[in-house]
Amino acid sequence: MTDTNELIRLTAAALAEKLAAGEVTSVEVTQAYLDRIAAVDGGERGVNAFLHVNAEEALAVAAEVDALRAAGGAEAEALHVLAGVPIAVKDLIVTVGQPTTAGSKILEGWYSPYDATVVERLRAAKMPILGKTNLDEFAMGSSTEHSAYGPTRNPWDLDRIPGGSGGGSAAAVAAFEAPLALGTDTGGSIRQPGAVTGTVGVKPTYGSVSRYGAIAMASSLDQIGPVSRTVLDSALLHQVIGGHDSRDSTSLPDPLADLVAAAKTGNVEGLRIGIIKELHGEGYQAGVENRFNDALELLKEAGAEIVEVSCPNFQYALGAYYLIMPSEASSNLAKFDGVRYGLRVLPEEGPMTIERVMGATRAAGFGDEVKRRIILGTYALSAGYYDAYYGSAQKVRTLVQRDFDAAFTVADVLISPTAPTTAFRLGEKLDDPLAMYLNDVATIPANLAGVPGLSLPGGLADEDGLPVGIQLLAPAREDARLYRVGAVLESLLEAKWGGPLLAQAPALGELVEAKEAK
Amino acid sequence: MAAINRDDVAHLARLAHIEMSAQELDRMAGELAVIVDSVKSVGEAAGGDVPATSHPIPLTNVFREDVVGHTFTAEQALSGAPDSLDFRFKVPAILDEA
Amino acid sequence: MNPDAILSFEEAMEKYDPVLGFEVHVELNTKTKMFSSAPNVFGDEPNTNVNEVDLGMPGVLPVVNKAAIESSIKIGLALNCKIAESCRFARKNYFYPDTPKNFQTSQYDEPIAYDGYLDIELSDGTVFRVEIERAHMEEDAGKLTHMGGATGRIQGADFSLVDYNRAGVPLVEIVTKPIEGAGSRAPELAKAYVAAVREIVKNLGVSDAKMERGNVRCDANVSLRPHGRERFGIRSETKNVNSLRAVEHAVRYEIQRHAAVLDSGEPVIQETRHWHEDTRTTTSGRAKSDADDYRYFPEPDLVPVVPSREWVEELRATLPEPPAARRKRLQADWGYSDLEFRDVVNAGVMDEIEETIAAGASASVARKWWMGEIVGRAKNADVDPGQLGVQPATIVELARMVEEGKINNKMASEVLDGVLAGEGSPAEIVEKRGLAVVSDDGPLLEAIDAALAAQPDVADKIRGGKVQAIGAIVGGVMKATRGQADAGRVRELILEKLGVTA
Repeated sequence: MTDTNELIRLTAAALAEKLAAGEVTSVEVTQAYLDRIAAVDGGERGVNAFLHVNAEEALAVAAEVDALRAAGGAEAEALHVLAGVPIAVKDLIVTVGQPTTAGSKILEGWYSPYDATVVERLRAAKMPILGKTNLDEFAMGSSTEHSAYGPTRNPWDLDRIPGGSGGGSAAAVAAFEAPLALGTDTGGSIRQPGAVTGTVGVKPTYGSVSRYGAIAMASSLDQIGPVSRTVLDSALLHQVIGGHDSRDSTSLPDPLADLVAAAKTGNVEGLRIGIIKELHGEGYQAGVENRFNDALELLKEAGAEIVEVSCPNFQYALGAYYLIMPSEASSNLAKFDGVRYGLRVLPEEGPMTIERVMGATRAAGFGDEVKRRIILGTYALSAGYYDAYYGSAQKVRTLVQRDFDAAFTVADVLISPTAPTTAFRLGEKLDDPLAMYLNDVATIPANLAGVPGLSLPGGLADEDGLPVGIQLLAPAREDARLYRVGAVLESLLEAKWGGPLLAQAPALGELVEAKEAK
Repeated sequence: MAAINRDDVAHLARLAHIEMSAQELDRMAGELAVIVDSVKSVGEAAGGDVPATSHPIPLTNVFREDVVGHTFTAEQALSGAPDSLDFRFKVPAILDEA
Repeated sequence: MNPDAILSFEEAMEKYDPVLGFEVHVELNTKTKMFSSAPNVFGDEPNTNVNEVDLGMPGVLPVVNKAAIESSIKIGLALNCKIAESCRFARKNYFYPDTPKNFQTSQYDEPIAYDGYLDIELSDGTVFRVEIERAHMEEDAGKLTHMGGATGRIQGADFSLVDYNRAGVPLVEIVTKPIEGAGSRAPELAKAYVAAVREIVKNLGVSDAKMERGNVRCDANVSLRPHGRERFGIRSETKNVNSLRAVEHAVRYEIQRHAAVLDSGEPVIQETRHWHEDTRTTTSGRAKSDADDYRYFPEPDLVPVVPSREWVEELRATLPEPPAARRKRLQADWGYSDLEFRDVVNAGVMDEIEETIAAGASASVARKWWMGEIVGRAKNADVDPGQLGVQPATIVELARMVEEGKINNKMASEVLDGVLAGEGSPAEIVEKRGLAVVSDDGPLLEAIDAALAAQPDVADKIRGGKVQAIGAIVGGVMKATRGQADAGRVRELILEKLGVTA
């Protein structure tokens, strides 16, 4: 048996190999992760990546996989490549048998009577679900500080944010509490946490992964995607969750490409990689810019052709996003009213009408950021403002798509830093919504246009020693290109670093204790 | 584009069914004014001839065959309900139509 | 002024010109709901025809029912509409506990069918064209029951209970353009229009079309303007007028009420009115307010519906015979005179007669029962004839019993009363009430002898070949037997007795 400390540091691909070879059991792997969660996640200064730990069910699934493997034969042969590899699920995705909160008080204690499509697919692949991960309430935020259940901490520095909204999934993977996780990305909620925690996160092409069972924030922007420590691991997970689903009308009918094979292609020779002029330079931290340039150098050395492209309408993308997203969210979140499920709060005084109960429930159940976005969205959709706000934003969306279309005529893949800065301190931007929103400036265009994006670790910033993310963007339906280029860049970087970036992260167990001792 | 004031926020909060205190309304009005100001360039960016995009990847005619699928029992349907009676969801009186 | 004041209809018509408009909601009879695969069934236990989608659970997504689209296109075609090349659903945002997502998914500015018309035949045979603005798809809401308080109405209720079985049932809303020029025939036109829509959707087979179940629901808009003025007056919208008679009454009442308001010099308020069948009046609902900001936007969870022209033509080819053509054919098949047939149509029992004939009755028997017996009873009960619940099989059974001489027509009418009173099947009622034609000829012959003796001159006339005089003798016998005799048999026996062959 492998040392558990080594076991949890293995990639999902390596774990899958060891499980298949019988070198380790799924119960051992799952238990090792549960032990790790117990060691680093809880307590005053724990990572707080998990809102719910699903130990019993995870171990039962692990035991089932082990039994099937031990029995051999056709059923063992038929096991999915990731069978027995544990995974964490963002708590925006509904699961039978575990609570789903969306990081909100309004859903505290709610159990979904149905599974999200992606969860069904994880179950079909027999991947033990370790639990549900923390997030900004209803995925609204870039720091996970807007969770009603306390912030998640960045494993690189527990006083810093892990990004958001999927800070829980990214931190869980970065802190070796899970080898894989599911995230959702509406404006960067998979990629930006990946960037600031030194992990890999992918927002697939809109419609390539079913949204059924992901609690909607902005329906036309939301997408579920993989979170992992390597590009290949994300490809493996994407292959499990992707593909058509008849329960999601926006699900693409196309068959899923072989993403795993793409991640194993191993060369970028002759590939045209476009630097987006508008997505680096001014407003980007120097250390971020440096690591971005390093990545470009490596790709050039590997035979890629680096070109510069301009996407002039990206300057309007953030504004358009902050109209479309709250508009759709204001409508999507209307269902949380204290009638059918979740919290009900009675008004403290005055008439006890249903209107007032809804008002009191939503006042008590939603946090400030959620209220802010609902009010903003209600405003943008209201009579007399629709054309100026929502209507105009939808037009900007067309312009952003045209920019992408033009860029992809001269480049096969686009590249940028994932986020303008490294992880900021907890509380630093909490009172400044606009500064918080600026974190998503580089990730939002992909959501507006529906194109896929991948963030992978690009190294550590010189000034603060914190991880920097590199973002790759490909045309819609060309997710495979991201895995191909991402895997090559990753191997070049790891060769330079002498191992994975996360190997340079502080040893967390000690860190948690050291901080607590202070 | 219009500035956003406290009365606007109060009206929006009513539409959105979120009760807000006077302080909350004031704070929200201030924050929204800043955000609305920051997104105003959007209206200037796109001319009248630019079509709106509501779906990033255009699909059409996605239908379901008219075949009955699963249903819940009343117990399942009501399992998360804050209040219920006789297999129905129970809500306080609705008086806004009086 | 007194808010309940009304002017006489005649006076209202003298002074004002009514403009009407209708929004008729038709519930489709698809197997499943508009956006979910839960069954579309009426009358089941509460909250059992639901799944996560109908309950608006977190994370759910809608998928459009193809059969509902086809039904909507068929309705559009039957209303002579254009079918949109492309159309979308939108969200209509408002909070109400019967609306699980707190928005209704509805076609807003992109209806699947638009610019149609329907020719309405009025009782005097004239044809009035009603222009159709649009027919669009949407979903129904759940059902609220108001508990406590005195009336079971929303006012004064202590709490309400919600059943989401109906939530998500597919609806097609048919909206007319303003209907001008109906004048004093406005109430009649209103009824005839709704009847025509109901007939069309029933004929298409896309709806059960039962108004008493809410399959067809009408909101009636009424406004008045002084004669000769072009500009429309301010309208009221009377909601949930749910029978044909009520449509007629509600429009008539609103015309009278508007006229009184205008006469008093006050403005009509643009508002929703509620129709009360018991008092045949409307009461004020909700005035239009800034809370009616529905914040429509295209439903991002659905993609556009783009009906190909081939698909539309395929559907057109499946359309059944239009009701007007059908009427022509039925009249010919049944051999009714123009007057008889128009009476049948105006009484609203054509479908019922067709069903009765299909169940085995002859055309004349079916007409006799519906027009002679049931329509009158419906009038007395103040309901539409179809709402009495008389089954075609009941009529067939009654007619057969008469034909077989088991009972006579008078008894059959009594049995029908029993059926309507819920006493059981015709056979059971005949049994229970001891109704039977006296078929033992002994007592009949005695009565015949007595009747002949009482009217010797009539007996002579019959002997002399004036067989039509026999009625007086038959009448005497029937009177003597208190109606228990079979009139046909009596006639036979009289002729036999007098040695006359008919």
